[in-house]
Amino acid sequence: MSSPQAGATRAEVEDLLFREAELLDGWKLDDWMKLLTDDATYYVPPNDKPDADHRFTLFTIADDTVRLRERVIRLKDPNCHVEYPPSRTRRMITNVRVGEAAGGEIPIAANFLIYRHRRGEPPRVFAGHYRYKLKRIDGELKIFERRAILDAEELGPLGSVSFIV
Amino acid sequence: MLDQPHGHRPNDGLLVREDLEANMFSVKREVFVSKEVLEREQQALFDRCWIYVGHASELRNPGDFKTRWVAGRPIIFVRGRDGEVRALINSCRHRGAIVCREREGNARQFYCMYHGWTYQPDGRIKSIPGEDAYPPSFDRNRMGLMEVPRLEHYRDFYFLNFDRDAVDLKTYLAGATEYIDLVTDQSPSGRMEIISGVQEYDIKANWKLLVENSVDDYHLIATHATWLNYMRNSGVNMTPPKDSGLLLPTRGAGKDLGNGHLTTDNPNYRGRPVARWISVYGEDAKADIEAIRRELVARLGEQRAARVADTNRNLVIFPNLVINDGSSVTVRNFYPVAPDLMHVTAWALGPVEETEAQRARRLHAFLTFYGPGGFATPDDVTALESAQQGYSAWRDVEWNDLSRGMDHPEDQSNTDEGHLRVFWRRWRDLMEARA
Repeated sequence: MSSPQAGATRAEVEDLLFREAELLDGWKLDDWMKLLTDDATYYVPPNDKPDADHRFTLFTIADDTVRLRERVIRLKDPNCHVEYPPSRTRRMITNVRVGEAAGGEIPIAANFLIYRHRRGEPPRVFAGHYRYKLKRIDGELKIFERRAILDAEELGPLGSVSFIV
Repeated sequence: MLDQPHGHRPNDGLLVREDLEANMFSVKREVFVSKEVLEREQQALFDRCWIYVGHASELRNPGDFKTRWVAGRPIIFVRGRDGEVRALINSCRHRGAIVCREREGNARQFYCMYHGWTYQPDGRIKSIPGEDAYPPSFDRNRMGLMEVPRLEHYRDFYFLNFDRDAVDLKTYLAGATEYIDLVTDQSPSGRMEIISGVQEYDIKANWKLLVENSVDDYHLIATHATWLNYMRNSGVNMTPPKDSGLLLPTRGAGKDLGNGHLTTDNPNYRGRPVARWISVYGEDAKADIEAIRRELVARLGEQRAARVADTNRNLVIFPNLVINDGSSVTVRNFYPVAPDLMHVTAWALGPVEETEAQRARRLHAFLTFYGPGGFATPDDVTALESAQQGYSAWRDVEWNDLSRGMDHPEDQSNTDEGHLRVFWRRWRDLMEARA
């Protein structure tokens, strides 16, 4: 078992994930960015190749830090038509597992279920699991890499992945 | 010239009406909501036109297969042990069950899980359990998987046709071949490949709206305001020249390629992995993109290299294939499952010779604009779904106007609608020929 300094406890990781879910569901995206490291990345692999590498495979989302910041700028803009008015989302985060820390990174896994509601539309359910890499910056746990892997065989009726999954 | 007299019939009762003297062109909104129209489209278009199946690069080895729906049929796109590419109908000859239920793989045989019939990868029957119970008149050799009537390819893009008497693919493609060549010429060997990772998503709108949207540059300013903003934030100049009257930084053209095919042809301003650097790619990439360009010039000459490297082209192969050669290359296929619902399948295409860094750059550029997680496509989807909702009032507000640019037929820009009219005229002609 790793020491608390090098790794993290499940309670600590759950606090971070629950806080993140609250901020994302509340569309408090600037506050959400504060949970990330300055060089954070965000990936949604393609449904047919969930384990692939974004350098060789066409992902649904593969944001480096710059594009992730631009994504937040876009999502806050009323001209982001797909998310205007913003969807109502509700995330359930479960089955949180904390892996062995190595090289300053703490791998974690969790399951998610996100309900997304829009006026006049049936709800869309995004089910899947997260693979994160966390880092401890000045004692605080931050998200260095977040990967949201969808269970659906194809996006199909889920349509776009337009809010932060 | 895009708008020429066609000697067509009076406009009464038609779904598409035009008047070249009055500069009027409109499409009846009924065509986006009617089940009857969709049924006629199946017969007049999807059962008679060349329909895209897949790319040769998806089937590298004997036995490789992909299953997909093409023109409303379940299809196995497969390379046989003999190396031949085939499109087989994925339905058991016995009682109809799907014989290959996997997305992709390498097959030694296809196995029907209902009664256990098996087939060779080339479609021939392999084994029938309890075969001796069949009467003597039963000819096992005629029980292979049905092949589609026609399958042909142009530069590795495979199309099928359910009309045995159709013209050959190259004749059908007409002027579109030149625009496919401009894409494949990006590869030093002329070999492009479908990159792994497929995007499959639904749009709750009529399929023809995606044809229009894929080549309609008029919508960029309003629909893609946040993408334009992102480009500006990244240091790319997105402002039209002063007093130019343009909506976008350069003036492009809409073109008629014959047989209903059409394209935009735009001087590039938004960067191209092959080969026009913009700040979004980062300083590191500059020398590499210049090297790609030098290779193009050495191989194709200055003029042709400029055509390949300095223009963006959104190409529609009638009726339902789009190849966008812009920030990256996307191959986008779509098919109606109801008047107000389409399934979209999109891939990225790249030269086989690309280095890891070049491939990564291409994919990064792709995702900035295209796809269900991109900065642009989700807003396109919203626009099309919004239009579809508006068509609920098709009885009250009957017509869409598509007359932009009609008064200057010899000089149509990409933000005019002359090239959209090319699609609609072909659509009208085929639908009426059938009626």
